[in-house]
Amino acid sequence: MAMHPKRRKRLFVVLAVVVFSSIGIGLVVNGLSGNINLFYPPADVVAGKAPVDRQIRVGGMVVDGSVERSDSSLEVRFAVTDYAGTVPVVYSGILPDLFDEGQGVVAAGQLNEQGVFVAHEVLAKHDENYMPPEVAEALESAGKKL
Amino acid sequence: MIAEYGLLALIMGLVSAVALTFIPLWGAWRGNIAAMHSARPLALSLFVFCALSFALLCVSFLNDDFSLVVVASNSNSMLPSFYKFSAVWGNHEGSMLLWILVLAGWTLAVAVFSADLPVKLMARVLAVMGLVGIGFISFSIFTSNPFARHLPNAPLDGQDLNPLLQDPGLIIHPPLLYMGYVGFSVAFAFAIAALMGGRLDAAWARWSRPWTNVAWGFLTLGIMLGSWWAYYELGWGGWWFWDPVENASFMPWLAGTALVHSLAVTEKRGVFKSWTVLLAIATFSLSLLGTFLVRSGVLTSVHAFASDPDRGMFILAFLLVVVGGSLVLFALRAPAVDSDIRYGWLSRETLLLFNNVVFLVATVTVLFGTLFPLLMDALGQGKYSVGPPYFNAVFVPLMAVLVPVMGIGPFTRWKSDDPKRWHKILIQGVIVCALAAGILPWLGGEFNIWVALSLLLAFWIVAGLVADLRLKAEGRSTIWHVVKRQTPSYWGMVVAHLGFAMCVISVVVVTQWNVERDLRMAPGDTAELAGYRFEFHGSSGVQGPNYLADEGVVTVYRRDTRVAELRPQKRQYKASGQVMTEAAIDAGLWRDLYVAMGESIGTDGAWAIRLHYKPMVRWMWIGATLIGFGAFVTVFDRRYRKVKVSAPQGVLARA
Repeated sequence: MAMHPKRRKRLFVVLAVVVFSSIGIGLVVNGLSGNINLFYPPADVVAGKAPVDRQIRVGGMVVDGSVERSDSSLEVRFAVTDYAGTVPVVYSGILPDLFDEGQGVVAAGQLNEQGVFVAHEVLAKHDENYMPPEVAEALESAGKKL
Repeated sequence: MIAEYGLLALIMGLVSAVALTFIPLWGAWRGNIAAMHSARPLALSLFVFCALSFALLCVSFLNDDFSLVVVASNSNSMLPSFYKFSAVWGNHEGSMLLWILVLAGWTLAVAVFSADLPVKLMARVLAVMGLVGIGFISFSIFTSNPFARHLPNAPLDGQDLNPLLQDPGLIIHPPLLYMGYVGFSVAFAFAIAALMGGRLDAAWARWSRPWTNVAWGFLTLGIMLGSWWAYYELGWGGWWFWDPVENASFMPWLAGTALVHSLAVTEKRGVFKSWTVLLAIATFSLSLLGTFLVRSGVLTSVHAFASDPDRGMFILAFLLVVVGGSLVLFALRAPAVDSDIRYGWLSRETLLLFNNVVFLVATVTVLFGTLFPLLMDALGQGKYSVGPPYFNAVFVPLMAVLVPVMGIGPFTRWKSDDPKRWHKILIQGVIVCALAAGILPWLGGEFNIWVALSLLLAFWIVAGLVADLRLKAEGRSTIWHVVKRQTPSYWGMVVAHLGFAMCVISVVVVTQWNVERDLRMAPGDTAELAGYRFEFHGSSGVQGPNYLADEGVVTVYRRDTRVAELRPQKRQYKASGQVMTEAAIDAGLWRDLYVAMGESIGTDGAWAIRLHYKPMVRWMWIGATLIGFGAFVTVFDRRYRKVKVSAPQGVLARA
């Protein structure tokens, strides 16, 4: 039996919406898996709560006197802390302008077996008075624990 | 006293907005002509007071009145005066005042160009604009007063404008962006007014269409400038980061793109009416959501000037009122059954519907990716960030399915079409596209499948536009005859689609063939990059108006010809002590060479240096400019100027 053309059109529209939203959801799920990075405060990393060799973010204050620059390459070593734990970080590349000792930073990268955080990106925010909220919260919760 | 007059003017603006909302609405309800006609003078009054208030804030900035909190926090006596001026909106309070000024400007524009509208519709449209005005002016007065004073101890000098914002691009980026964001309030006001009046027809679409196109054009240009600014100012050489704040402006753009196209269907064919109204509501709601995300401090970004929970709550409440109220009105008043006008499987209606679905899915996925971290945080599931790979994984395939349809859209007929009419011309187009995709990538030195695909898609868009002109020319002596007969709205579409094709090529080429290196360079060192030789000659100190800088000198050679001398800087601003990278760029149509200085390393005058080779990156901004320009061109169409009340039948007949 032939369907009424109007109904057929409606069916077509509904089908299109269903197909497209399925494609959309598929893409979203596919895109999300492996592309969301969870933030870990240094205290959790030290306590062994952070996964090894997976994309994560770690942030805190850069420990005073911890920044060591190589003379021959762009490698930089420093440590971040939330005053409840301290994580060594190694990074090769150009640091953002507002990176400095005693400033809040967030680094994205992977934790290796030795407990060193190998960062591929270091973010310091665009304003000197600005504290990344993850860091602010990590400091706050570490402060409560002490 | 200037600041107090500024606040007074803003309060008078609020009074005007309240009057503009309620008097004409009451008039439209009771049929009181005089009350309805008060809308236009009230719109003028709203604009005059808001402009006065804004002007007085500008005067305070230019006069270095550091007793004002915003001036003290965001300006400095050493700041060059054009940056003092742009510092007015380089902060939360001032940028909200700019937002209000732009809204008042759009309201006035509607009042001026609404002479031909039915008086009831005019009164309702302006009243809705007034209502939006009430929301934002009270937001400004009650939570972010730009005229608040530092009393009793005013500082002697200001803390300076964030150096990142001391840039010519930032003088015009926010105003353009706001013209777009706020401009969608006109489309929204038309939609709400039409729902109130229960009259949703082609004439309504015709009235609201030019406003929507202009707003969308401004938003396009605003986003383009933001991307360009990020590229040269942030020192990373990136042009789009899928940063939540970028997404905040991109979502209304995506929804607006769907709206611009569905309005075309509603105007020409009288279908998709409810859908178009819903899109107009969604687009403006996304503009408000963007404001909420950026202004409430829930996001971390260069744009988040200050976080203040009160502000967030205020905008969130306003957003809920706007979205909730409009949706309730929509549920009550939207036409229950769509019109009886039919269209076939292959028709321009169907293809534009496809466009709408794609852009809507894109909007929703960007929305999801942007809100996901906020959602997880609110649920106590930890602090996530959703990175560019997610957005790319979703967005790229969506655009790739859009373009094939975009190619045939312009020449497919309304109602129904038969591929027999154009399949020969189209096959020729396909051959040209395939040749271009097969040959042109070799110009970049090597064949790259993604570049080839992007060329295939971009040429497909162009081929569709050419096929359209050829089809129109069939049976006529010259193609010139056809070209002359086309309307501005047609040419606007052509220009915008060409711009989109340029963006497609540029995004893929620069992503695939971009070469980037961070390295340590001592004076005399050279580095090879993409066939260019960069030679570093060391750095020396230079002095700017409000900063000191180390300026490096890098000469670039191609084979043995000198191509450019680049002078990147590392600046330290005197007032704030903030350090900032100023990249040096040798720009070109086919490639940009980009040098930025990291930090000095060791004792031999060496620096960490970032070198970039960016092929065809400019095409993106040129393309986006064309898209925005195309949107403006459509407004010159004669049919928008001769809008008469009797339009609807004429529209349907012509379609």
